[in-house]
This record gives sequence, structure tokens and C-alpha cells, in this order.
Amino acid sequence: MSRPTDVVSARSRLRPRDTVRVAFSGLRARPLRAVLSALGIAVGIAAMVAVVGISASSREQVNQQLDALGTNLLTVAPSQSFVSEAQLPQESVDMVARLDDVTSVSAVGIVPDAAVYRSDEIDPNQTNAIAVSAARTDLLDTVSATVASGRWLDDVLSAFPVVVLGSETAELLGISRTDGEVQVWLGGEWFTVAGVLDPVPLAPELDTSALIGWPAAESLLGFDGAPTTVYQRVAEGAIDEVRTLLPATVDPAAPEEVAVSRPSDALAAQAATDETLTTLLLALGGVALLVGGIGVANTMVIAVLERRSEVGLRRALGATRAHIRRQFLGESVLLAALGGGGGALLGGAATAAFASSREWPFALPVWVLAGAAGATIVVGALAGAYPAARAARMPPTAALSAV
Amino acid sequence: MRVTTAKPVIRLRDVHRRYPGRPPVRALDGVSLSVAPGELVAIVGPSGSGKSTLLNILGTLDRADAGEVRIDGRDVATLSDKQLSALRAHRIGFVFQQFFLSPGVTALDNVADGLLYTGLSLRERRRRAARTLARVGLADRTHHRPNELSGGQRQRAAVARALVGRPSFLLADEPTGALDSASGAAVLKLLHELHDGGTTVIVITHDHGVAAELPRQVHILDGRIESDETLEPAQGGSYGTGGDAGPEVPPSRRSRPLAEWSEGGDAV
Ligand SMILES: Nc1ncnc2c1ncn2[C@@H]1O[C@H](COP(=O)(O)OP(=O)(O)O)[C@@H](O)[C@H]1O
Ligand SMILES: [Mg+2]
Repeated sequence: MSRPTDVVSARSRLRPRDTVRVAFSGLRARPLRAVLSALGIAVGIAAMVAVVGISASSREQVNQQLDALGTNLLTVAPSQSFVSEAQLPQESVDMVARLDDVTSVSAVGIVPDAAVYRSDEIDPNQTNAIAVSAARTDLLDTVSATVASGRWLDDVLSAFPVVVLGSETAELLGISRTDGEVQVWLGGEWFTVAGVLDPVPLAPELDTSALIGWPAAESLLGFDGAPTTVYQRVAEGAIDEVRTLLPATVDPAAPEEVAVSRPSDALAAQAATDETLTTLLLALGGVALLVGGIGVANTMVIAVLERRSEVGLRRALGATRAHIRRQFLGESVLLAALGGGGGALLGGAATAAFASSREWPFALPVWVLAGAAGATIVVGALAGAYPAARAARMPPTAALSAV
Repeated sequence: MRVTTAKPVIRLRDVHRRYPGRPPVRALDGVSLSVAPGELVAIVGPSGSGKSTLLNILGTLDRADAGEVRIDGRDVATLSDKQLSALRAHRIGFVFQQFFLSPGVTALDNVADGLLYTGLSLRERRRRAARTLARVGLADRTHHRPNELSGGQRQRAAVARALVGRPSFLLADEPTGALDSASGAAVLKLLHELHDGGTTVIVITHDHGVAAELPRQVHILDGRIESDETLEPAQGGSYGTGGDAGPEVPPSRRSRPLAEWSEGGDAV
């Protein structure tokens, strides 16, 4: 065979790195247009990232709260189907304390027919939703409650007409002083306000209670000593087991009249209810992304029309159709990626700003970023597919003569 | 007689190309042409005579409807689009009337783009581009952008881009068409120098003045080759670039037979 340094073996070849370089130079030639059409993608991605980021941050907030509060608190109360004034047997607390896996127990008992007023001059018919409850001194530890101001009931105070208010109760009554100077009219007696609690996420019913000592309730208000809610902390591994044991333990005579609940479940469920809204917003972000993708496709179609002579030149320099297609496809994907990157940053910033305004932790799952990157590449490839194919199909002669 | 001794880089036999229309345009109507390595050929003809069509076919940018086209010994009809691209990447250098330089890119990178589709690294492409720029006299303009170059310099950069891949031949379509006469002369001088260095160059032009400077002139009219004349070299072997060839020594002309296919196809 003669000289032809085989034309067929000396292939036309564009390195992957050069494909990217060529695609990038196409964008750089018209920076404003690139930025504007990337903006459409950025808005879509930013919306989606922010929606997921904010809901993840909210969930993270709940998780951290649950971590701090513990998920091993069980609450026992008379089942709701029964009479509203239902009570538990007096010996409930002792019975529960005897269970192996129960680490601490406490209880409150609503004092029937007792109400609390700012003063004795207020019309007794003007009832509020405040429950007067007798509380055991170990209540705070068991339900992870904290005192906002003043002090909690101890063994001594429990015997005197002293009250500690739940956070909402204090607000309703308009009381913030806890220095022993303020008294409230409670069940026909004057009680001194010794403290106010912080909100109790695991026992929100305490927020609307006025808590007095167990002995004081019995001696001053004729309380019969029967608890209405028993709180217990359970060893982590034994929660389900204890849960099934509790009804019969509390009320062997009528276990079906006892309801056991796990307040941390309610908190978690509350976080989950956001999910419908999240999905809706996510869909809106998806629509924005789609519109952004159409913008990119439009830009690419125009770019191909404008750059016919460039395509012709490249074919003359030895580019194959595939090289031309890859160039424009690469350009489209880069354009979308530019928008995607900017959008992810924007969405992340929005999440951070929102989370910090609510004092939530910042959480942005990695899968969101991976998903944003993936969505961007798919959108860019779809948007670029037709224009790129069109550029590749252009005959090099037509491309060159159209000047 | 350098024409017949070496194996031709280009051989056309009875090539036809018509464009659809009413009536169809016979842009090429039975063209036969052979170009040997090292030749400097002008293809001359008035506007509409089929020069650009011929250029497209010589450059494998377009295919003939009928007839045989052999480029570098290969029968173009048997090559796929991908193989034709490879042929252009490695064997053919194009120079266009409008230069087609990328505006935002330095002369060096424009020239390096001549090697873009050969798969060489950017470093190597730039190294060769710098060397080629020096060869066309633009060593001091390496980092200028096209808008910082004169028209003549732009076309020289475009020639360098066509040259950088060491193609079998250069195809120049009206290379002086967009230039003033001084710049045009400089570009022609460059083509002569390349020719003297052994490069095969085919210049397409409607300008008889330009054609007259080149050693071989193929006249085309209405898609047919009217005449094919070779100017016998004067003693120096250089044409039109200097004034030393006095008027009393008129260059002799030799008519060349249109088809030189007696020896038959030998490629592949
Ligand atoms: N794409 C085309 N479609 C139809 N007719 C064409 C096309 N290109 C060129 N022609 C016609 O073919 C003839 C030769 O054109 P061309 O090769 O461009 O000539 P030149 O370059 O010598 O001016 C002209 O009559 C021109 O109008
Ligand atoms: Mg023309």
C-alpha cells in the first residue's frame, strides 16, 4: 500500500476536555444572554432547594428537640371515650413505679371544680380554660419541663397555698412576677405565685394549667388524690413492652378505660403534616424549572441559527457531526448547570436565612444537591437535544455560505 | 515536468454537480482535474461559474452527483461522513475569503484551532501554532485578537490555521477578496513562499490579476473547464513576486491535456 498515512485510521478526534472548552467558549462569547437564560433554571432550582431545605431544617429542629426531650416518655390518662371527669386509681403511680423498665414516674391530678382567677372580684362565671392540677414534685424531671422564672414546688411548698403557672396560664392571667408578691384567687383561696414554667413540648396540657402541691390540694381544696395523668419515662428498648403492660398495671379492673400515648409521636407527626405543602411547593419549583428549560432551549435554537458559519468552519477543520452535536449539547448542559449551581446557592442561602430567622438548625440534605445537579443536567440535555441535532445536520457548505 | 511524476493529491474525473431548481443548475458539468503535490494552482472564472461548488467538492464539504473524486488517493464516494471529517482534519487546509477567525480568541488559539479535531493536547496545539504563526510572519502578533490585526494579518493568521496541521494541500477561496491590494499582494506572496517550501496550494479566484501571478491557471466557465495552462517557470522559479522577470522574457505557456488518467486509478 502506498503513502496515505491512513486517513481512515487517523481519525477526527475531539478530546472530552476540549469539548467542554469549546462549549464553554460558546457561552463566554455572549455572557449576558448566558446569564439571563441560566436565570430561569436558577429560579426553579432555588425554589426546589429552598423548599426541601426549609422543610428539612424544620424536621431537624423537631429531631433535635426530641433528642433533647427524649422519646421515651409515655403518658397514661383515662380513655377519652369515657366521662370527661374520669380519673385513674389512686395507687396508679405506685403500681407503675414497680414496673422494671420504668425509670421515673410522676403525675398530675385535676382538682375538680377548681378555677383560678386574677382576683376574687372577677365574675366566677367568666371561666377560662385553665385547669387547676395537683402536681407531684418530681413532675418537672419526668416531663423535661423547665422553670422560666421563680421556682418549682418542693416538699415544703407543696403543703402551702402556692401555685406555679404554666406558660400560657401566666399569659392569660397577665402575671410575670414570681417574687412571692402576687396572689391569685384559686378554688376560693388565695394562692401565691411562686414560679412560671417554660412551654412543655412533651406535655402541652401543662402550659394551660395552674399547678399546686399535692398535699395542699388535698387539705385546702378537698382533692381526693386520684391522678388524671401519669407520666413515665421508660428504658429505651422496652417502650413497646411497657406500653402494652401499662393499662392493666394502672387499672387492673378496667384496663380498657386507660389510654397510653407517646407525646413524641405527636411532635413528629406535626412535622410530617408539612409534607403536603412541601410537595406542592416542590411541584411549583418543578414548573419554574421547566420554564427555565424552555428558555435554555430557545437560547440554543437561536445560537445554532446565528452560528451557522462557525459550524461550517468547524466541519471544515475536521469536526464530525457528533462533535458538533456534543458541542451544542455541552453548551446547553453547561448553561443549565450554571443556572443550577446559582440556584442551589440561592436556595441554600434562602434556607439558611429562613432557618436562622426561626432559630432552627440549618439542614440541607445532600440528596437535594445531587438531585438539583441531576435535574439540571437532564433539563440541559433535553433543552439542547433538538438544537444540537439541528446543528449537526447542517450541511457544511450551507453553513459556510450563509454569511 | 513535476506534474505527472508525483502521485496527484487531487484527481477529479468527469465530476457533475447540479442544484435542484427549474431548470436545475448544472454548477459542475463534467470537470476533470488533477493536481500534483507541490503545485500552486489558480482556479479562475467569473461569478457563478462553479468555483465555490468545485471548492466544496475538492474540500469534501460536498459530494459530487456523478464522476470520481479522489483526494489523497482516496475515492471520496466510498468514505463515510466521519471519514471525510477525518480527511479534512488531517489532510485539507481551508482558507476563506471572510477569514472566519473567532473574535474573542488570540491569534495563537485561532491557529491552534486548526488542530482541534486531531486530538492533540492543547499544549501541543499551541506549540505548533506558535511555530506556524512565525512561519507566516506573525510571530509578534501571537497574543493579539483578530480585531487588533489588520485585514492582511488576519488572513495570514487564517492561512496559518490552515497550515498548522501540515495538510496535503491548502484550499483558498478568494483569499484576497476581502483585502486591499497591498494586503492581498502580501497574502499572495505568502502563498508563493509556501509553494516554494513544497506546500500544495489551490487558489480559487475570479480575479485574473491574481490568477496571472500563479504558475498554473485552470479557467472555469459554466461548470466546465475551459483551459488549463501552466506557466513554465522562469530561471528563478518564482512568479510575479519580484520584478526581475523582464518584459522581454515573456513566460511561456503550455496547454495541458484535460484528462491525465491514462495510468488508471492506483489508490486504496
Ligand atoms: N446551494 C445552491 N442551490 C442552488 N443553486 C446554487 C447553489 N449554490 C450555487 N448555486 C448555483 O450554482 C452556480 C455556481 O455557483 P458557485 O459555485 O457559487 O459559483 P462561483 O463560486 O463561481 O460564483 C450558480 O449559478 C449558482 O447560482
Ligand atoms: Mg463563489
